[in-house]
Amino acid sequence: MEITVQEFKHCDMITVKGRVDSATAPQLAQALEAANDGGKYKLVVNMQDLEYMSSAGFRALLAAQRNCKKYNRGEVVLASVPDRIREALELAGFTELFKTFDDSLAAVGHF
Amino acid sequence: MRSVQYPAKFEYLDEIREFVGDIARKGGFNDKAVYNIQLATDEAASNIIEHAYEGIANGVLEMSCGMSSGAIKIVLIDHGEAFDPSEIPMPDLKADLAERKIGGLGIFLMRKLMDEVHYESHPEKNSNILTMIKRKG
Repeated sequence: MEITVQEFKHCDMITVKGRVDSATAPQLAQALEAANDGGKYKLVVNMQDLEYMSSAGFRALLAAQRNCKKYNRGEVVLASVPDRIREALELAGFTELFKTFDDSLAAVGHF
Repeated sequence: MRSVQYPAKFEYLDEIREFVGDIARKGGFNDKAVYNIQLATDEAASNIIEHAYEGIANGVLEMSCGMSSGAIKIVLIDHGEAFDPSEIPMPDLKADLAERKIGGLGIFLMRKLMDEVHYESHPEKNSNILTMIKRKG
C-alpha cells in the first residue's frame, strides 16, 4: 500500500494505492489522523488505484469520518471507488456514511 | 484440497488471499466472485489472528481449500481461543455515524459473501475449525 497526500485550497486529498488489509490499514488510519492533527478535516480519499480494501480499511475510514464531522468542521468523501470495493462498502452499509464522487476533481470541487 | 500453513500474522494476509484466489480463479469463478472469496477469507483469517491468537506470538493458521461439484470450500483451523462468529451480534447497518459499531463487520461480510459459514470448536483437541463454502453462479 502507498499513500500520498496533496494539499488543495479547500481540502486535502489522500490517495491510497495497492491493498488495504489488517496489515496495512494502520498506515491509512495514521495518514488520516495526521491530517486531522494538522487541522485538516475536509478530506478526499482517492481510491482510483486501490486494488483491495477489507473491513480493517473501512474501520479506519469510519473513525476518520467521525472525527472530521465533529463540530461540523468537515467530512471525508470518497473518489473513484473501484467497483469491487464499492460493492463491499455498500454491503457494509458504508455508502450512506460517505459521499462518493466519480472522479477526484469532482470530489475536490465539493469543498 | 490443497493445504498450507501460515504464521498467524497480518503480514501473511496477502499470501492467504492469493492462495484461495488462485484456486477460485482456476475453479472458474469470475473476477467479482474471486474478490469476494478473497475478502471473506481475509476477514476470517484476520479475526483468527486478532481474536483467537490475541497475545500469542507464534500462532499457526492451517488452511485447506479446494473445488468440488462447482463450489469452493475453504477451511481455516486455529489452535487459539474459541471464537464463534455466530455469537457476534450483527452490526446495525442503519445506525448513523455516531452509533455505528466498529466490530462485527468482518463476520457480517463473511456471512454475506459466502453461501455457508460453519464453526466448530474442539477444546479437547485445542482446535477451532471454520468452514466456508461458495457455490458458482
